[in-house]
Amino acid sequence: MLRVTLLCLALFMTPAAHALGPDEILPDPALEQRARDISAGLRCLVCQNQSIDDSDADLARDLRVLVRERLVAGDTNAEVEQYVVDRYGEYVLLNPRLGGHTLLLWTAAPLLLIVGLVALLVARRRMVPPTPDALTPEELAALENLKHGSDKTGA
Amino acid sequence: MSIELGHFALVLAFAIALLSALGGLTLWRRGERLAAVLSQAAILQFVLVALAFLAVVHAFVVSDFSLALAANHSHSLKPLIFKISGVWGNHEGSMLLWVLILVLFGALAAAFSRELPSDLTNLVLGTQSLLTAAFAGFTLFTSNPFARLSPAPLEGGDLNPVLQDIGLAIHPPLLYAGYVGFSICFSFAIAALVSGRIDQAWARWVRPWTMLSWTFLTLGIAMGSYWAYYELGWGGWWFWDPVENASFMPWLAGTALLHSALVMEKRNALKIWTIFLAIITFSLSLLGTFLVRSGILTSVHTFASDPTRGLVILTMLAILIGGAFLLFAIRSPALRQGGLFAPISREGALILNNLFLATAVGAVLVGTLYPLLLDALTGTTISVGAPFFNFTFGALMAPLLLVLPFGPLLAWKRADLVAAGQRLMGFAALAVFLAILISALAGNSISLVPVGLLLGFWVTFGAIAELIERSRIGRIPLAESLRRLAGLPRSIWSTAIGHMGMGLTVLGIVSVSAWETELVTTLNPGETAELSGYVIAFDSFEQIPGANYVADAGRFTVTSPNGDLATLIPERRTYVASGMPTTEAAIQTYGLSQLYLQLGESLDDTHVIRVWHKPYILLIWIGALVMSGAGILSLSDRRVRFGVPQTSRRTKLEASR
Repeated sequence: MLRVTLLCLALFMTPAAHALGPDEILPDPALEQRARDISAGLRCLVCQNQSIDDSDADLARDLRVLVRERLVAGDTNAEVEQYVVDRYGEYVLLNPRLGGHTLLLWTAAPLLLIVGLVALLVARRRMVPPTPDALTPEELAALENLKHGSDKTGA
Repeated sequence: MSIELGHFALVLAFAIALLSALGGLTLWRRGERLAAVLSQAAILQFVLVALAFLAVVHAFVVSDFSLALAANHSHSLKPLIFKISGVWGNHEGSMLLWVLILVLFGALAAAFSRELPSDLTNLVLGTQSLLTAAFAGFTLFTSNPFARLSPAPLEGGDLNPVLQDIGLAIHPPLLYAGYVGFSICFSFAIAALVSGRIDQAWARWVRPWTMLSWTFLTLGIAMGSYWAYYELGWGGWWFWDPVENASFMPWLAGTALLHSALVMEKRNALKIWTIFLAIITFSLSLLGTFLVRSGILTSVHTFASDPTRGLVILTMLAILIGGAFLLFAIRSPALRQGGLFAPISREGALILNNLFLATAVGAVLVGTLYPLLLDALTGTTISVGAPFFNFTFGALMAPLLLVLPFGPLLAWKRADLVAAGQRLMGFAALAVFLAILISALAGNSISLVPVGLLLGFWVTFGAIAELIERSRIGRIPLAESLRRLAGLPRSIWSTAIGHMGMGLTVLGIVSVSAWETELVTTLNPGETAELSGYVIAFDSFEQIPGANYVADAGRFTVTSPNGDLATLIPERRTYVASGMPTTEAAIQTYGLSQLYLQLGESLDDTHVIRVWHKPYILLIWIGALVMSGAGILSLSDRRVRFGVPQTSRRTKLEASR
């Protein structure tokens, strides 16, 4: 929570740089909204875990301006994203792309759910009524006694 | 002098903890007399650590800068409350607070253990002492808060300005009480595994501790979230930051534990799983401590990054958690499962709850650690941020929220889903109606908003279904209904209230994500701006001196859509000692919504202002408070109190009739 901003404040803040400023906002609201949508998924590289929209760092400001420049130049959202990734690496994306290196990340939750369900089904199958304990020697003897007793009376 | 006494007290507490741990874990069969000794040792540990803690607090309060910790993190000009909270606004002090809360729980466990079998008491207090020895040792040997400085500086280095806030006084103690409280559940789990005694009574002893810790953790997380919200200056309240995740994972696991312990207590089923959850929950608390304290994550919570400390904590963690799971692996196959039930039953619903919560824990854990591991193993750096977590977590929570209202309406062992569905029909219809109505009014055509609203209303209303059902409101005279409501067991009330709190939080999250509006503009004194019907007039700009800072302040008059006037004074502060700037946003509450006003930088002759309208945002934290209230209510139920026998069957039947 506070961590992120503080780090940025402490290390990277110069009087010129701030979170999204009025001078950066595009006149076209539709384009600006697209810029916001893209910015929310881009990471401020010098902060810990903050999107460029919220960051006070210089670099975040540069990226915000860059995103808007590309949009004005007519790029699609995907093209803008690719443009930024080409220059700053995939690290800049807050939502990692699905690929070999993130396969486990993206499939972790569904896999866990499936494993959990299977484990439940297995446990359910195993859940049989507990078989009564075998008779103790005393009980056996008592039973034997009864049998013999009835034999005697029968004889 | 008092510093050295404090240091000595902590050393003594460490030694006593070590002895208690050895004695408790090896001689646990020795019965009552050992239990009496261990109980007294637990209380003594608490007294000693409290003395050590007070010694440090005293040095901060009187600004004794010969204490290195005070010299580095305090300042004579700070207000008293921040001098005290500054004690744990740094690595060494926060570890000391951690140990203090650990021994407090140990002492509480000792005080409430009279009804327990002495074997169990010995093992629980022994394990608890082992934890105390580990963390007191860590504090003493790697993060000594009692180090002196000579010569003593005349003035301290000051506490980080962002931390100079009432939030620091409240957030860490609550959060730690939650984290560390789960240590009791952990100790009970170890005791159960060692002694082989795992039954319904065990669950009845563990559940109040789980409930207590969970309540603290809920409050701690909510408090931290609200603190971030008003302090950061742009109104974000949850960031899926690794450190936040570190506190959220024990909460999720603790929530699962609350529910599975219920099954174990009532039906003697899910034993192995409950033990496993008890170990996992505290392990996640430890992992959180490790992530924050090791410096693996750079964050304001880390205070100081020292790799050797990280290594020591990691080793301790590996031994404690690894040892616990080893014990679990060896002993759990010997445990007998009990309690048969059909898939459609209260047990079945609670298992579903556990399945989704456990998966959510796993998903958050993977998301948090994946970038660290990937970087360490392959050198590839990726980011896993809010978009990933929102998607994954949301997808897992949606089905959970969907089935939540059914749970309390299902009977144990075998239940009638159709009957429960019929009883919920009215609430479902109401939730659908409201979700459609609000979405239509707000003009959200294709998005997830209606689904979110639907779930929020469904959970909120579904939670009270059982209350309405049991009190027969509308079917019998109202006075009779109220009498029945008042007579319901508190556990039913706390279930309903807790679930309702969850629903309220969901509603808050959905509405603020969907309908928040924002205005970023430049404004001069005398000019006005407008946002969502609120007119914001910039009256004047002035400089205000504070206790240990100077502030640029803007004075704004805000006129709400229905004509109410309010004066808002957002500030930009510069702290004297450190020269660091902070923004202090001004927040005005309108019902459950808030207007959030931030004074930005000065641009040439004009000022940047940022305004947000946050509809129904307060529901997020009100929901959390309601959940905590439900926890406290449940703790006050005499049936969960220690050693009190269950209510007799007849009283229960009467209540449910």
